[in-house]
Amino acid sequence: MNFQLIGVNHNSAPVELRERLAIPEARLPDAIRSLVQQPGVEEAMVLSTCNRVELLTSSSQGSDLRGFLRLYFGMGPDALHSHIYEFKQRDAVRHVFRVASSLDSMVVGEPQILGQVKEAYAIARGLGAVHSALDVLLSRAFAVAKRVRNETAIGSSSVSISSVAVQLAEKIFGSLKDTTVYMVGAGKMAELAARRLMASGVGAIFFSNRTHERALQLAEAFGGEAVPFDQLHETTDRADIVLTSTGATEFLFRRAHGERFLARRRNRPMFFIDISVPRNVDPEMSRLDGMFVYDIDDLQAVAAGNTAERKKEAERAERIIEVEVDRFTSRIKSLAVVPTILSLQEQCETIRQAELDRIRGKLGKLTPDQEAAIDAMTRGIVNKLLHTPITTLKSSAAEPEAATIHDIIRRIFNLNTNNSGKHNK
Amino acid sequence: MPLFWLRVALSLYGVGLLYAVVSLWGGRPALTRIMLPAVGLGTVFHFVALLEYGMLGLAVEPSLLHQVESLLAFLLMAFFFVVYLRYKTASPGVAVFPMAFLLTVLASAPSSLVNSPSPGVSDRWIIIHVGLIMVGYSALFFSFFASILYLVQEKNLKAKVTAGGFWSRLPALATIDEIGYKCLVFGFPFMTLGLIAGAIVAEARFGSSFFLNEKILLSILMWAVYMVLLYTRWSAGWRGRRAAYLAAFAFAAAVLAWSVNNGWHRFIAP
Repeated sequence: MNFQLIGVNHNSAPVELRERLAIPEARLPDAIRSLVQQPGVEEAMVLSTCNRVELLTSSSQGSDLRGFLRLYFGMGPDALHSHIYEFKQRDAVRHVFRVASSLDSMVVGEPQILGQVKEAYAIARGLGAVHSALDVLLSRAFAVAKRVRNETAIGSSSVSISSVAVQLAEKIFGSLKDTTVYMVGAGKMAELAARRLMASGVGAIFFSNRTHERALQLAEAFGGEAVPFDQLHETTDRADIVLTSTGATEFLFRRAHGERFLARRRNRPMFFIDISVPRNVDPEMSRLDGMFVYDIDDLQAVAAGNTAERKKEAERAERIIEVEVDRFTSRIKSLAVVPTILSLQEQCETIRQAELDRIRGKLGKLTPDQEAAIDAMTRGIVNKLLHTPITTLKSSAAEPEAATIHDIIRRIFNLNTNNSGKHNK
Repeated sequence: MPLFWLRVALSLYGVGLLYAVVSLWGGRPALTRIMLPAVGLGTVFHFVALLEYGMLGLAVEPSLLHQVESLLAFLLMAFFFVVYLRYKTASPGVAVFPMAFLLTVLASAPSSLVNSPSPGVSDRWIIIHVGLIMVGYSALFFSFFASILYLVQEKNLKAKVTAGGFWSRLPALATIDEIGYKCLVFGFPFMTLGLIAGAIVAEARFGSSFFLNEKILLSILMWAVYMVLLYTRWSAGWRGRRAAYLAAFAFAAAVLAWSVNNGWHRFIAP
């Protein structure tokens, strides 16, 4: 069987082209059906996300997937040529494993891609376009993705500023469900971080801004509460997480404020995320027990550290994938010799039965013991004769000369090339 | 036979010990997957051993030092699993496993069955006294270790570096704090009632002179620190460094009280 994969992704094609090639979910069944009807294609699957469009097929002799892409999207060869990648056999297997394990993603280690691959697989399977070899490949890809996630820390750290802020908040407070957030100022990045914090399920959110109307707007948008700016220091201790992003040229929060907040909070920890430049929170405040202050550089440093960590983990994941690709291709190759082995066994068994019938005619009626003895003897002869060809077929399955050995054995034993279960008469 | 089960438990605790050592060394132990089933099975065998001792009439003999060590090791493991099931963290294992292993090594030494009991050990009050105190010790140990983890996690967060290895997999600060606090609250009544039970026996048998025993004084000191710990937490919300120092002090007093008279004391007049 031949695995073939063709596609474009965020590295190979600009977003304008990816947009043109993207296939909406409603049109996926139609695309899959068209693909399966291509000459040579036995199974097919289509993965279409915002970062990639890929066609994966299994065929007996290969198929013209580039031609299909051009025809299906009505594009000239030049528009696609330099942006398309194509993988066959082992390379296609490796690519599928890498995509499912999120090693080919824009943000390496992001968890969504596995769900998207699973969804594409379910659609193709539902249409009957995936049933045999691709089924085995995809099932293995999911297992490999799980192994990569379990054995490496590829997806365990955040790499964007807003997700780092959430990750740190979770390191302090655990679940953010019952935490309270205080947004001081209303920068774009603060809004982004607030969105991310809200998505993590924070309990309540307050907004305070020099322009109170802006605070009111944000409070309405996020379902929070606006606090007048002149009440800032009297109300900050209500929050577990304080996010500052004002244009103030001097510190809004100093160590003395921190001491007051902690006393009012009976020493419950507070997390200050200061993404404003110049900074709004005096770094001295972080010397207090239970007070954690991160400025924009700190957040960026954590994100950079996490990126480096992910890169290291990605290298480990690549090694796992290489091992898995070897294992899978060996398995596929050994599966390829199964029909020949079955055919060989069946042919010999038919000959044995024919010879047994012939000898029974000559010897006349035999006792059950004699029947059993002759049966065992002939079976033993057949098994011994077949032992070497079968073990040679199995052991050479993964070797380069596998096809030659396979062919020789079929010729020697006169096995029908297209039939797994019937021998030539 | 109970000794056999105890040694089976010990060998399974060995997996936990290895896990703890590799974790602290900074690695991600390959035996993470088998660690929990192994120590879980070890705890079950340990329980079987305790039950069998019980049926033989030995399990709750407080004069048998090794039985007390065995009971303490079992309680620590039981605490570990309660914490694990509630908070889904195996981090306390790095302290609990070596401790439980060490105590079980001592408990499974051949001499454990030949120790002679102190006079009057059959007294139910003494049994209650030891049982309650052991639960209190386990809780205090957990609380102490949680406060250490709290300090480490706080230091990591303040240092603003992405720590690697075991330390990066610590639970959230609030979770560690909750584990420590709940252990304190849970252990305090046991410790208090255990001391009261001990005092009743001592008072009835030997009069007030028994209270001049250095171990008893240390135990009372430990209990007092324990109470201060709880009080400061309740009244001022003390956590972090200050709470860790107090917990360390209470734990040190407990260890000292334990080590005087080799871990147990005979109820004989000083």
